Amino acid sequence: MIESLARLVNADAAIVRWGRQMNETFMVEVGDQQYLLQIENGLIRKVEKGPFVQRTWRFAIRARREAWEKFWQKTPAPGWHDLFGLLRRGEVAFEGDQRVLMAYLQYVKLVLAAPRKA
Amino acid sequence: MKLESIVGRYAHIENHRIYFEEAGQGIPLLCLHTAGSDGRQYRAVLNDAQITQNFRVITFDMPWHGKSSPPAGWEKEDYRLTTGSYTAMIMGFARALGLEKPVVMGCSIGGRIVLDLALKHARELRALVGLQSGAFVERYYDSSWLDHPEVHGGRACGALAYGLMSPLSPEKERWETVWHYMQGGPGVFTGDLYFYQVEGDIRGRIGEIDTSLCPLYLLTGEYDYSASPRDTEAVAGRVKGAKFTTMKGLGHFPMSENPEAFLGYLRPILDEIKARA
Repeated sequence: MIESLARLVNADAAIVRWGRQMNETFMVEVGDQQYLLQIENGLIRKVEKGPFVQRTWRFAIRARREAWEKFWQKTPAPGWHDLFGLLRRGEVAFEGDQRVLMAYLQYVKLVLAAPRKA
Repeated sequence: MKLESIVGRYAHIENHRIYFEEAGQGIPLLCLHTAGSDGRQYRAVLNDAQITQNFRVITFDMPWHGKSSPPAGWEKEDYRLTTGSYTAMIMGFARALGLEKPVVMGCSIGGRIVLDLALKHARELRALVGLQSGAFVERYYDSSWLDHPEVHGGRACGALAYGLMSPLSPEKERWETVWHYMQGGPGVFTGDLYFYQVEGDIRGRIGEIDTSLCPLYLLTGEYDYSASPRDTEAVAGRVKGAKFTTMKGLGHFPMSENPEAFLGYLRPILDEIKARA
């Protein structure tokens, strides 16, 4: 799923515009598997698969694989349809620089929900 | 061109300049918007000919919200909504407009205050409709980021509201709902949340609500994780005579995110209220 993010997001101008000013790298953890997403002006320039040694990221979003699978359903069930819904359930952790996450929250939400359309 | 039948006016009530909209005639139906938004959320109810035939639908923007002004001196202090100030505002507005035994319908913070009105003002009201009502919501995120100079408040509040809606609601109405949130002034949403997530805990008192004095209807969208159907069910379980329905496929802003589906749930309730009159 994560591997397909660059293709899905970069082809969708309606998502890219929300991250136009974003130039950051953030981590997404799917169970034990780590990914680093490098964002350049709203485009996903690189998706790297861990494990990583001594890498820098701005914020990290970590959840169990099963939680992401529910989140990525075409029509997710109630409470599994949004990052803050997962937060309410205790199914996700936001770490690192919260200011940047909150500044680009709409973009991050749209990016991470993009696999639903695949 | 198509003109809607909604009329908007400004009222001066005590030290506030309040914007309100209305349409229709008959039983007054006073609608309360959610935290950090404004009366536009009820655009579909105000425009529903079936409802306005028998109800005078009215919605006001709370001070600091929408087109209502903040009071003089707002720049010197933080805005904080409390049970007392919220209740006084609603009852003061109803009195100022001379609304006789209105039905009050509120969503989210409005759905909470409706429970308070049921406790304290039941005899003055015809019926209460709580949308997304819960007795209390514990803080599950750090809301201080919604009012921070280094984060665009409109974007952050909009993104928060976006997630509380159902993925099944129409895109157009969902994004309009987000837009209202993006237009809120700095600190207003968080000021409302003070009531919702800190001060306005009425878990200990909801059992005292007497629905024989004033009927209580509760409607909750199933996709709401802030005030979930389970939270409303907990309220309904403790209030004898409360009528609770889960709204399938709807989220935290039913009247705004999917007006058509919402009206399908609301109309029968209003018919019942009218039949009692």
